[in-house]
Amino acid sequence: MVQRSGFRLWTMPMLEIRDLVAGYGPTQVLRGISLDIAAGEVVAVLGANGVGKTTLNRAISGLIPVTRGRIAFEGTPIGGMSPVSVVKRGLVHVPEGRRIFPNMSVRENLELGSYCRAKARRGDNISRVFALFPRLQERSRQLAGTLSGGEQQMLAIGRGLMGEPRLLILDEPSLGLSPRLVEDLFLLIGRIAADGLAVMLVEQNVVQSLDLARRAYVLENGLVAMSGAAADLANNPKLQKAYLGM
Amino acid sequence: MTAPILDVVSVTKTFGGLTAVKAASFDVAEGSITGLIGPNGAGKTTMFAVIAGFETPTKGRVRYRGADVTGLDVHRRAELGIARTFQIVQPFAGLTVRENIAVGAHLRHRQRQLAHALAAKVASRVGLTPMLDRSALELTVAGRKRLELARALATEPKLLLLDEVLAGLNPSEIRDMVPVIRSIQESGVTILLVEHVMQAVMSLCQHIHVLAEGEIIAGGTPATVSRDARVIEAYLGHGAAKRLQAVDHADA
Repeated sequence: MVQRSGFRLWTMPMLEIRDLVAGYGPTQVLRGISLDIAAGEVVAVLGANGVGKTTLNRAISGLIPVTRGRIAFEGTPIGGMSPVSVVKRGLVHVPEGRRIFPNMSVRENLELGSYCRAKARRGDNISRVFALFPRLQERSRQLAGTLSGGEQQMLAIGRGLMGEPRLLILDEPSLGLSPRLVEDLFLLIGRIAADGLAVMLVEQNVVQSLDLARRAYVLENGLVAMSGAAADLANNPKLQKAYLGM
Repeated sequence: MTAPILDVVSVTKTFGGLTAVKAASFDVAEGSITGLIGPNGAGKTTMFAVIAGFETPTKGRVRYRGADVTGLDVHRRAELGIARTFQIVQPFAGLTVRENIAVGAHLRHRQRQLAHALAAKVASRVGLTPMLDRSALELTVAGRKRLELARALATEPKLLLLDEVLAGLNPSEIRDMVPVIRSIQESGVTILLVEHVMQAVMSLCQHIHVLAEGEIIAGGTPATVSRDARVIEAYLGHGAAKRLQAVDHADA
């Protein structure tokens, strides 16, 4: 009996999306997307600019309404839930374009990351983030708006980690980071995933994302055009032609 | 060798207690594409702000085509031919692509008709012609990056400062943008670019300066810089350095 329920938990995807249709007003950007992410898995979502990757993130996080289809997180339907309730369940989204609060200090920005989850362990989690990004510790009292572009990106990721996410959606985390930091960041994502955190990685950095992720989905025109094991996709001639310019 | 179009002489810039740039000196040869690379927070964007006139250096001078421009306002420098783009692109959302580009063209052309005609010309150089009458809001990230480039080009610059115009583009979009940048150079515009997309930096630039913690730590051709131990340690990391050297060997 115990074993059976354990088995069920293991096979149930952490995030399950079925035939998702969503968009803005009359424009449906997502035209029926299905996608699964298991606990502890890094899944890459790839595709050209404008195919709906950011819209997908926004629908999952409750930032835009779902027109049709199902989004479930750990078995509970979350489609149409408020962003706050989604975050409280442990699904945290680090948005594209940093979106830090420029007139608050680095530390205050981090503290806000635990506003509705893991508040009690705020101090410990700040130390954890500082250990990951020592640059943020050096600048903890500085206004976030005075950080360089790459430092703001670190802050956005650090703020996301403050809520102890179970699933972390990273929308273009490597944007504006130096090659060395991208390398460090991808190692770091691999490490946090090894601790049981699931990561949905939306990236333009196709080669390194496929290197890190176990599986990947390629979006085109609001639909899943290809999906499968990352290693297979990396060698897929169609993908190489469309996204790698090979 | 001809005189450099831009000469940055021992520039220091502090913000309160923070020294963003420390006695940095470098120059940019006329007609070149020159790269300015370095770790995050090294002071690259501050350096752009100092060159374009958004910030006054605490110490040091900026010379452009032989003249000292250190104390000049942004718009005066724009009239002299210095233009820049911004990392986070912010087009005028209520305007069309044509009108957005025309804002840049108005620097030298008061007449709306002339500015719009120039905007159309610039749009064709960056591949935005089909979008001219669409709202700037309809552009994808790649389109917005092209618009950012077009607005700066419409000021008819002699020196163009590009701040991460390839960031956020996927590999095939980068491949499409590289020839656009090269054609701008071929039309006689000198380009100084800040960029982390190393394959593009290596193929575009004739010369690269490396800034780390506010100081210039290395300079030279792409091949020299990518083998420099300090640059690998501070910026490239060993993985990226290896990939670049592999590409280099394949080309040779």
